[in-house]
Amino acid sequence: MLKRHAVALEDVGFFYDTGRWVLRSYTIQFQEGAITALLGPNGRGKTTLLKLIIGALKPKVGSIGVLSDVAYVPQAFDTAFGFTALEMVVMGCARKIGLLSQPAREDLERSQEALGRFGLADFAQRPFHEMSGGQRQLVLLARALVAEAPIIVLDEPTSALDLRNQSFVLEWLTRLSREDGLTVIFTTHHAGHALSVADDALLMLGEAEYAFGPASAVLTEQRLSDLYEMPIKRIRVDHENGQFDTIVPVIPRGARHGSVFEEHSDTAVRR
Amino acid sequence: MTLFATTQTHWRSAGRSDLLSLCLVLLLIALMLASLTLGRYPLSLREVAHVFFMTIPFDATGDYADKPWVVTEIIRMPRILLVTICGMGLALSGATMQGVFRNPLVGPEIAGVTAGASLGGVSAIMLGWSTAATVGMAFGSGLLALFAAFSLAMVAGRSSTLALVLSGVVVGGFCSSITGLLQTMADPNTRLPSIMFWLLGSFVSATYDKVLVVSAITLFAGTLILLLRWRINLLSLGDADARALGLNVDLLRWVLMALVAVIVAAQVSVSGGIGWVGLIVPHLARLMVGPDHTRLLPVSAILGGIYLLVMDDIARSAAAEEIPIGFLTSIVGTPIFAFLFWRLRARSWTNA
Repeated sequence: MLKRHAVALEDVGFFYDTGRWVLRSYTIQFQEGAITALLGPNGRGKTTLLKLIIGALKPKVGSIGVLSDVAYVPQAFDTAFGFTALEMVVMGCARKIGLLSQPAREDLERSQEALGRFGLADFAQRPFHEMSGGQRQLVLLARALVAEAPIIVLDEPTSALDLRNQSFVLEWLTRLSREDGLTVIFTTHHAGHALSVADDALLMLGEAEYAFGPASAVLTEQRLSDLYEMPIKRIRVDHENGQFDTIVPVIPRGARHGSVFEEHSDTAVRR
Repeated sequence: MTLFATTQTHWRSAGRSDLLSLCLVLLLIALMLASLTLGRYPLSLREVAHVFFMTIPFDATGDYADKPWVVTEIIRMPRILLVTICGMGLALSGATMQGVFRNPLVGPEIAGVTAGASLGGVSAIMLGWSTAATVGMAFGSGLLALFAAFSLAMVAGRSSTLALVLSGVVVGGFCSSITGLLQTMADPNTRLPSIMFWLLGSFVSATYDKVLVVSAITLFAGTLILLLRWRINLLSLGDADARALGLNVDLLRWVLMALVAVIVAAQVSVSGGIGWVGLIVPHLARLMVGPDHTRLLPVSAILGGIYLLVMDDIARSAAAEEIPIGFLTSIVGTPIFAFLFWRLRARSWTNA
């Protein structure tokens, strides 16, 4: 069956005030219902690309076609006021609530239900800022869910989480795609995560250079090692459900790879 | 940074916060009635109640014949109504601005409106204009100050909260310095005392006309703010997130600031600068019902009415001379603010 494109980038280019291209000539079709992982070094434009997809930034050249509403899950953040988890989730309904209206009972019920799906039913009245990083990420995921947008975009959903919570969130991404038919697009620094859950992967190699395709074809040892200028191994692991590939950076004790900071001006701090 | 998270004491559930609001409304009404009895000419509740049911008492010469009636209806009633509506408007404005700027330590004067309206009022007094003209001038220049602050932020090319705050500081500072200059130029025997009294804030000159004007403006702008109140929650999450949730961030922020400016300009024009109410009262409300603006804004408004009414009762009955209410709200407000400051001492200010 021919799948439709949830998001289609047509020769997209973008630069900030500095005038330096961040992205150029990106032509990519994200498949509907698929999970796509976005990978690339710091400062290569992952977050910029996400912002272009959700419409927070407009491309300087080219066009972006989006099939439907997009829900966005930011990295867990602090709030200025101590909203409860439920109050946070209800905010996901914003597009459905009239400009001069307040959330109705069914909005609250739907939000409570969404929290329940992530095992947070009893945490509805807990202040968001007092929750752990993993719980906050799930609350934000629930908030995206109540928006009922067919496309969900996540910015490094596992970056603040411990290993258990990382796998929990990744499992959820899989379920949202398989069970709810959502199109999922997320950024990550863990190529192994991409290999575990993503159908497709977009590896951002340079401003106008990228590799896009099935995750296992894109994320090769050679390509990753070249990109990050360090040895990266793709290894096969045994698991009760069968054999899987995963990706590990090789960091021998006492080794010095030399800093790559000078290439990524936004993160240059010291050598 | 998250401030003032009191997990246990919030009246979070809708039912309980409705009950709280009802109690506060009853308290406000009781306080308004009690305020009618207070003052240099003490009246009993019985006399006040009697006044409500009497026809206008003229004597043979056409003057008012009944002293309790005059005190209640002509002197105290308009003042109490004016104080209540101004208190409600200020607290509602403060709570709104704190949400819009994602910072619980700002007040409604942040956009420079108070300073602008004060400059207009002082200029009108200097020129010896009538009361009505002074009110109009203060209101108009308050809105002009907001327009100047908005334009400045636009020229800077941004509508970010920081640009708006800085523009407000610039415009406010400019207006305050001109106001200061006018004060030094004012005749110390005639104009200066009335300027000083007006700047410190007072409801002495309350009339039904002023009540009518301020109520109409506050009711209109306040109702719109209340209708938009849930969206302030989203706005308080930050521009990027609010935008991703589908909010027209810039438009909503400008509309809310304009509505607040209208309320504040109206208040300053009838009673002079009254600080701290819009800063302190939303905190008290937040301690009661939590930070959700759907509950916070109505409770702030009612609490603001109560707070300013108590302050005004003290202002007009505590001493032989009328105490300027702006002085009272500051003297009470600053220690409370200092306390909040102290509570914040360990926290970061950077991502407010």
